[in-house]
Amino acid sequence: MNINNIKSQFPIFLKKINGKPLVYLDSSNSAQKPISVINRLDSFYKNEFSNVGRSIHSLSVNATNKFEETRISVQKFINANSKDEIIFTKNATESINLVASTFGQQNIEKGDEILLTELEHHSNYVPWHYLRENKGAIIKFAPINDEGDIIISEFEKLITKKTKIIAITHLSNVTGTIVPVKEIVDIAHKKNIPVLVDGCQSAPHIKIDVKDLDCDFYAISCHKVYGPTGLGVLYAKKKWLEELPPFIGGGGMINEVKKDKITYAKLPEKYEAGTMPTAEVVAFNESIKFMNMIGMENLIKHEKELTNYALEKLRSINFVRLVGNPKNKAGVISFTINGIHPHDIATILDEDGVAIRAGHHCCQILHEKLNVNATARASFGVYNTKEDVDILCQAIENCRKVFDLK
Amino acid sequence: MDLKDLYQDIILEHGKNPRNFGKCDGHNHTAKGYNPLCGDQVEIYLKVDKEKNVNEVSFEGSGCAISMASTSIMTELVKGKSLDIAKEIINEFFNMIKSGSEMKTKDLNDDQKIKIMSLSGVKKYPMRVKCATLSWHTLISALDGKNKEVNTEK
Repeated sequence: MNINNIKSQFPIFLKKINGKPLVYLDSSNSAQKPISVINRLDSFYKNEFSNVGRSIHSLSVNATNKFEETRISVQKFINANSKDEIIFTKNATESINLVASTFGQQNIEKGDEILLTELEHHSNYVPWHYLRENKGAIIKFAPINDEGDIIISEFEKLITKKTKIIAITHLSNVTGTIVPVKEIVDIAHKKNIPVLVDGCQSAPHIKIDVKDLDCDFYAISCHKVYGPTGLGVLYAKKKWLEELPPFIGGGGMINEVKKDKITYAKLPEKYEAGTMPTAEVVAFNESIKFMNMIGMENLIKHEKELTNYALEKLRSINFVRLVGNPKNKAGVISFTINGIHPHDIATILDEDGVAIRAGHHCCQILHEKLNVNATARASFGVYNTKEDVDILCQAIENCRKVFDLK
Repeated sequence: MDLKDLYQDIILEHGKNPRNFGKCDGHNHTAKGYNPLCGDQVEIYLKVDKEKNVNEVSFEGSGCAISMASTSIMTELVKGKSLDIAKEIINEFFNMIKSGSEMKTKDLNDDQKIKIMSLSGVKKYPMRVKCATLSWHTLISALDGKNKEVNTEK
């Protein structure tokens, strides 16, 4: 598949926004869907729909097989040891909540410490905050420098005998920082501390190898990986899934139910209560096929070129200030314009068909640290081109005209 | 849609140079407003006398051009008005933003009506309505003296 023609795989790009071709620069928020994923949802509902699991009839057997095929594809996609280590959830937020809740129940006591970083999205902070509220845990934030990189020496200093778990993002949704997760896992494991990685932003853009990273938990958001909404993945090492209590209770996650006793299903069903987003799981297999067809190396190369091109162009616009300058940066570029609030930037860009995000991007701690209330953010997907970047830059110039800035 | 309907010169000018910014002397009513979706915040300060006239009004806060201009224009128009008239102006403002109805109140002169109606372009941009209305909701809270924080999402 030629990466330069990839836009043709995404029907949304046939649509005009305010009479202009869509320049979609909000993939960190959610990615657009290739036709193969959309068709798979459609064909599953039209021809194959049934619930998975218990029923004996043919449709159910087929649906169950297709559902499990996706699990194996995900296992391979992130190089997990076993398909039993792949749990489907509602979203990455639920994946992190699952770990915070079950790990917290079993392992967190008053005064125990949870180590996060200043880069974290609210969804990798709020679930841990519940343990602060309910169990008296202490949350620490490892600092970043002005460039948006975690200061590893400071990170190490914050680990104490009370540190029970470390939860870090793999890729910042504001600064684009690619965090050296492997290095952090090494540090943590030397002290027997498990590590959860928020992989929401990384899964669509960098190669994930959970065996190599050796992390204990890895959360993925499927709609950011060109997949359907309503679906997330939690990878966890088998020993944790066996050891930790179940999360949501209900049908499908039980082994035997008596009036005085309940036993739970084996993995992975233990963590998949109730009817799952069946069609979405089946269709997500097409997202992984799409990623594999492009090839992770090609995708990374394409996005790296695009990011470098955009950074160079944006740096040449003298009234644009880029937020963060990490050593290893992915295609997430946050910026401000002196004299124009990010919300106004987003409205003006939208007029030119350019979709960006404006605000704190669910990272208020990080924005406070960077000393900005809000930023404008352009983030890339596999379908973006240098022409998109050119249109973005023209639209940014237009902001200055609308606001009559000198 | 034309961006100039939204970003009219009056709005850009007030956005850049907001009037009545800071804490006014002798304020006896205040209220805070917050929009958790974007982080915009505003605090309104009022000096209301015994006859229930708003003698002084000012604000502090940060936000986009629409929210800064809307707040700035609001403070100019409410200053010197009685509590009842201020509330009438607020209601007419909300109707104008929602349904595009004209400002009919006799308590604003033509010049003031032109100013407030410069904000009417917001109705074509549903995502920006809260930018324009946050400070007006906060003003109601301050006028009522309940000191309750206004939150656009609650």
